[in-house]
Amino acid sequence: MIVNAIARVTAALLLACFAGGALPAAAQQPVEVSFYYPVAVGGPVTKIIDGLAADFQKENPGIKVKPIYAGTYQETIVKVLTALKSGEAPQMSVLLSTDMFTIIDEDAVIPFDDIATSAEDKTWLKGFFPAFMLNSQTGGKTWGIPFQRSTIVIYWNKELFKEAGLDPNRAPANWAEQIEYAKKLTKRDASGNVTQWGLKVPSSGFPYWLFQGFTTQNDVLLMNPAGTETYYDKPAVVEALQYWVDLSKTHKVMPPGIIEWGTTPKDFFERQTAMMWTTTGNLTNVKNNAKFEFGVAMLPAGKRRGSPTGGGNFHIFKKSTLAQQAASLKFIKWITSPQRAAQWGIDTGYVAVRPDAWETPVMKQYVGGFPAAAVARDQLPYAVAELSTHDNQRVTKALNDGLQAALTGTKTAEQAMKDAQREAERILRASRR
Amino acid sequence: MHRQTVQGWLLLLPAALLLVTFTHFPTAATLYHSFFSTAKPSRPSVWVGLDNYRAMVEDPVFWQVLGNNIWYALATIPLSIVLAILMAIWVNGKIPGRSLLRLSFFTPTVLPMIAVANIWLFFYTPGYGLLEQITGLFGLPSHNWLGSQSTALPCLIVVTVWKEAGFFMIFYLAALQSMSPNLGEAAALMGAGRWYFFRRVTFPLLMPTTLFVLVNAVINSFRLVDHIIVMTKGGPDNATSLLLYYIYDVGFKFWDAGYAAALTLVLLVILAAFAMGQFLFLDRRVHYQ
Repeated sequence: MIVNAIARVTAALLLACFAGGALPAAAQQPVEVSFYYPVAVGGPVTKIIDGLAADFQKENPGIKVKPIYAGTYQETIVKVLTALKSGEAPQMSVLLSTDMFTIIDEDAVIPFDDIATSAEDKTWLKGFFPAFMLNSQTGGKTWGIPFQRSTIVIYWNKELFKEAGLDPNRAPANWAEQIEYAKKLTKRDASGNVTQWGLKVPSSGFPYWLFQGFTTQNDVLLMNPAGTETYYDKPAVVEALQYWVDLSKTHKVMPPGIIEWGTTPKDFFERQTAMMWTTTGNLTNVKNNAKFEFGVAMLPAGKRRGSPTGGGNFHIFKKSTLAQQAASLKFIKWITSPQRAAQWGIDTGYVAVRPDAWETPVMKQYVGGFPAAAVARDQLPYAVAELSTHDNQRVTKALNDGLQAALTGTKTAEQAMKDAQREAERILRASRR
Repeated sequence: MHRQTVQGWLLLLPAALLLVTFTHFPTAATLYHSFFSTAKPSRPSVWVGLDNYRAMVEDPVFWQVLGNNIWYALATIPLSIVLAILMAIWVNGKIPGRSLLRLSFFTPTVLPMIAVANIWLFFYTPGYGLLEQITGLFGLPSHNWLGSQSTALPCLIVVTVWKEAGFFMIFYLAALQSMSPNLGEAAALMGAGRWYFFRRVTFPLLMPTTLFVLVNAVINSFRLVDHIIVMTKGGPDNATSLLLYYIYDVGFKFWDAGYAAALTLVLLVILAAFAMGQFLFLDRRVHYQ
């Protein structure tokens, strides 16, 4: 407290000095904007981001964007909120789009509508895929700008399809076919041990996200747009979970227990599984590492097609000067321009967030040579908002625990979802208080 | 006399200052905060008395986590200590390749935890992981080690024992090396067997080291976070969640500072009780040379 007060007085004195004599010098100082970005280790992505920040500064000498690599999404929001509580918030950050309610509740960010006020700005705001805005807007305001966004898609091994006598160019189109295909693709040795699984849907860490694939396909939503209610125990939700459980329990085409998210792509490369559900963000990884021909398709349909969106949004923080807010907005507009969004999508495998990015020559050429890149975009009309509520992490954990209990067989699907709903109800009631 | 007192206190001041700033003040602050609700911009923090503790009693996850942690401690502490003694005695003897053996026992300790956890993650991978390849040789069926509630926690215990035993071995090795060879010679003259010698001479002389190692082992068994984050994230359905990991969840994922403070206090009380027991009770039975 005392230290803080001293710092403030010093700052005020310094400001007074500047105002008194050195104002011209101060005006030449570039506006510095710190930018928390969720990346755990160095590598291609940090190089791309560093390059973008440098390019931007070349074009806009008055602004200095300082990327700070803050770890995983989870670590980044921890750092951002801790910094905020100690009074040193960043000016700009990429965070999970599902953290929207959390940072609104913490009064951490400003809505873009407050600063993007010109006619040009308004057209820009309207230019993103509507599916990505579902996790970016609430209460009629835009709190996040889509940047590295994704959906879940199904990958399949064309060679194994051929071996099993299936059309290698066609993925299962619906739930029944998914089971039928997976049965043909599951191989057992003489003693009955499985040597090759038909399908893997990961269930470690954030099973709710993949589960939303099943619930969306069963035509049911998990929460309301205001983020104040969940519907975990609706019959259609239980039914969706039962389908997931039955893949291993009844049909025995998926390994029992929890399937690790991180090693699933490797299982796919090792031919341990013929099909897998994973993010489109893995596209570049699969392209570089699969030693066989593979296909990418939208997830199979239940009552309808469907996948949740995922990934991160840009946010601008309240505790920054007007000049910093304007500079942040400028950077975000610059980085989401069609040309840059297209290049970003090509380099990383994320979905370019604006329709006009897909009309650029580079993108057209890329999709022409690699049609799989467009699958996630084509799935967007069927996509729903990723699970996000007030007290998001806790409400989501209630569901995750229930899903894992059902998948490991310690609870029935119905019991698990009832328990999860009761827990979510309790938490959300407390947050409405 | 008076001057000496002042001087004494002045000499103690730096250490006392550090102790108060980083130990006593945070402890008191945690206790204080555990009686308040968590502040939100819309509703400031208010006095809630024992509400956080009442919530804890009603929280099934807390009880499960506490149970997990007790099992985890009961398994890792004796296993890693026994292994450490065995390894230390082994590499203390005059055997070929002794330095290499010592080095390889110690290696797990110097590796970064996250990297270690990632390697073990692949050991446990169903289908083609190292463990599966070995059990496959004997025709055993495939098992999802980290993905079943019955085996996930034992898998974490194995990783911890593997990592801790090498570290504790170093202390035992040092203690063995400082032991006088006369004792062994005398025992041999008297015709004592190896086991008898170990039980009546070596082990009692190792007691100060054991006490030190025990204190460390207890602390370590309550402060595991990194392996859980990499390998299971506390799953499946909280089967591998331990106390400190749960505190991290509550504090930095749910941002429920009040409840996290209450949980921290429980951890603190557990550790303090253990330390008390160790220093008051065990200390009397320890022979210092």
